[in-house]
Amino acid sequence: MDFFSEFPALSRRDNSALRRFIDNGFRDFSREYGEALENFFDPLLQFLIAFEQLLLATPWPIVILVIAGLTWAGGRSMAITVGAILSFLVIGYLGMWENTMSTLAIISVATLICIAIGIPIGILMARSDRAQGMITPVLDVMQTIPSFVYLIPVVMLLGIGKVPGMIAVCIYAVPPIIRLTNLGIRLVDREVLEAADAFGSSTYQRLMDVQIPLALPNIFAGVNQTIMMALSMVVIASMIGVKGLGIPVLQAISNQYLALGLMNGLAIVALAIIFDRVTQRFGKRLQKHQEQSH
Amino acid sequence: MSDTMISIRNLYKIFGPNPKKAMEAVAAGVGKDELLEKNGHVLGLNNINLDMKRNELQVVMGLSGSGKSTLIRHINRLIEPTAGEMIIDGDNVLAMDQKSLRELRRHKISMVFQRFALLPHRSVIDNVGYGLQIQNVGKKEIKERSERWIERVGLAGYEDYYPAKLSGGMQQRVGLARALTTDAEILLMDEAFSALDPLIRTEMQDILLDLQEEIQKTIVFITHDLDEALRIGDTIAILKDGMIIQNDDPQNILMQPADEYVADFMKDINRARVLRVRAIMEPIDPEADGPEMHGSTTLEQALQIFAEHSTDHAVIVNKRKEKVGKLTIEDLIRGMKRPTLQEIRDANDQQVA
Ligand SMILES: Nc1ncnc2c1ncn2[C@@H]1O[C@H](COP(=O)(O)OP(=O)(O)OP(=O)(O)O)[C@@H](O)[C@H]1O
Ligand SMILES: [Mg+2]
Repeated sequence: MDFFSEFPALSRRDNSALRRFIDNGFRDFSREYGEALENFFDPLLQFLIAFEQLLLATPWPIVILVIAGLTWAGGRSMAITVGAILSFLVIGYLGMWENTMSTLAIISVATLICIAIGIPIGILMARSDRAQGMITPVLDVMQTIPSFVYLIPVVMLLGIGKVPGMIAVCIYAVPPIIRLTNLGIRLVDREVLEAADAFGSSTYQRLMDVQIPLALPNIFAGVNQTIMMALSMVVIASMIGVKGLGIPVLQAISNQYLALGLMNGLAIVALAIIFDRVTQRFGKRLQKHQEQSH
Repeated sequence: MSDTMISIRNLYKIFGPNPKKAMEAVAAGVGKDELLEKNGHVLGLNNINLDMKRNELQVVMGLSGSGKSTLIRHINRLIEPTAGEMIIDGDNVLAMDQKSLRELRRHKISMVFQRFALLPHRSVIDNVGYGLQIQNVGKKEIKERSERWIERVGLAGYEDYYPAKLSGGMQQRVGLARALTTDAEILLMDEAFSALDPLIRTEMQDILLDLQEEIQKTIVFITHDLDEALRIGDTIAILKDGMIIQNDDPQNILMQPADEYVADFMKDINRARVLRVRAIMEPIDPEADGPEMHGSTTLEQALQIFAEHSTDHAVIVNKRKEKVGKLTIEDLIRGMKRPTLQEIRDANDQQVA
C-alpha cells in the first residue's frame, strides 16, 4: 500500500547526487569554455557599449530629434511622432533619461541580433519540414520555460553583465520572428512560386525576389512581437547586471517605493507603445500596394 | 531545323507514395479509377505521345482533372514524370541538370498562368521585366524591352500601377507581356483566359491570335472550353483520364470524332459557325460553276452566299484563287448534321481495318 500513498521517488541522497553530478558537469564545462565564449561575445559587448555611449554622449535634443525622425519615417503619423517626443521629454524631466537610453540601446541591439539569427532560421524552417519539426518544439520550450530558469546556466557560463543579459533577452524574444518568418514564407502563393521557377529562378533568386518580399508583412509582425517581448524582459535582465529602467524597478520592489516603480514601469510602457505603433504602421505600409482598389 | 518543336514520348505521371511500383500495374493495363481504388495512386498522365509543330498553336483540351495542367508542367519540367521522354527542339529535357534546365526556362520556354501569378509587390513594368531580371540583363535593356511589350498588349500608361489595382483582363495582359518579354520560342498557357469574363476572354483571344500572326511562336494552350479551343487552335488534343484520345485539326475533330466521348464534347457546338467549307467540299470537276468562295468560309457564311446568289452550288478556291473543290446545298446540309454514334463506330472500324 505504501506504493500508492507515497510516490516511489528517488531517495534524497540519490537525488542530490544526481543534481550535483549535473551541476559539476556544467561547472566544469563553463570553466573549460567560459572564457572562449566570453571572447566570442566580446565584439558584441563592445558594440553594445559603444552604442550605449553614443546615445548617452549625444546631446538630448539631438537624440529626441533623431527619434522623432525615425518615428516619422516608420509610422508616417503626426500623432505617434508628437506622442514620442512628449514621452521622451517627460522621461527626461523625471530623471530617467540615462536609464532609458541604456534600455533603448539593449533593446535595439537585441532586436538586431534576433533579426540576424531569426530570419535565417525561419527560412531554413520554411524550406524543410524536417527542420520545422525539429525547431518548433525548441521554440515552444524557449517561450514557456520560466526565464529565471535559463538565467542560471547563462550566468554560470558568462557571469553577470551586459552580454548574459542580452543573451537572456534574445532567447526569450527570438521565437516570434522565427515562427513568423517560417509562416510568412510558407504562405506565399504556390502559383507565384511556380512562376518564379518557370522563368528560371535559382533558389536564391526565388528567395530574394519572391519569398522574402511576399513574407515581409508577416516577418514584420514577428519583429514587432520580438521587440515587445524584449521590452518585457527589461526588469528580469537587470537582475543579472543589465543597466537600464529595470534597475530602479527592482529597487522599488525590494524597498516598496511605489512612485519610483510606477515611473520607471510607465517609461517602459511608453517605449513599448512607441515601438509597437511605429512597427505596426510600417508593416501596414508594406502591404499597402497589395490592397484591392475595387 | 525539324518541323517538330516539342515531342512527348510514352509519358506517364503517377501521383502517390510509390509511383514506380504503381507504374508496373499501369504498364499491365490498369486504368485510372482502378489504380486509385486498388493502389491508392492517382494516374495523372497515361502514355502520352504527342508531337507539337514549330510555330503552331496546339490546344490541349479536357475536363477538370483530366491532366491538362500536369501535362503542360512536364514541358518545362515543373513536374518530373514517372516514365517517358520529353524532347524539345532536339534536346532531352529530362536529361538536363539543374543549370541547363534553368537556361531552358529562361530563354526557350515561358509561361502564362490561370490566376496570373504576378508579383503583387512589383509594378507592371517590374513584373513584365521579371524574366529578364532573372537573366541578369542590364536595367536599361530591361526597361526598353518591357516597355515595348507593355505597349504591344495595350497597357501603355499603366507601367507604374500595382497588379492589385488592375482588372483581371489587364492583369493577364501583364502576364502575357511578362511571358513575351523573354523572347522565348515556346509559350505555355495553362487556362490563361479561363478566369476572365466572356467578353474580355474573346478580346484576349484576339490579342493572342494577332500576336501569333506577327511573332510566330510555338504555343501550348490549355483550356476546358471547346469554343475557345476551336477558335484559336491549329491542332487540338483531347485529354481524358490522363490519355490523349484524339489529336487533330479542329475541322477533322468535328467531322470525324475519334469516339463517343469526343462526339459528346462537340454536341453543343454551333457547327455552322465553326466548320469551314474546305472540310466538307467535294473534289473539283470540270463542270463546276457558281459563285466562288474561299476554303476558310464557314458554313453559315456559305449559306448566306448561296441565298444571295439564289444558287445551290458553288466553287471553292484557295488563297491563289485556284479552284480546289465544289460545294452543293446537299453538302451543306450534311455538314450541319452531327455524326451519329453508328457512323462514328463505322468510321473507327474502317480505320482499324
Ligand atoms: N500533386 C498531386 N498529387 C496528387 N494528385 C494530383 C496532384 N496533381 C494533380 N493530381 C491529380 O492528377 C489529375 C490531373 O490533375 P490536373 O491538375 O492536371 O488536371 P487539370 O486537367 O488541369 O484539371 P483542371 O481543369 O481542374 O485544372 C487529377 O486527378 C488530380 O487530382
Ligand atoms: Mg489545371
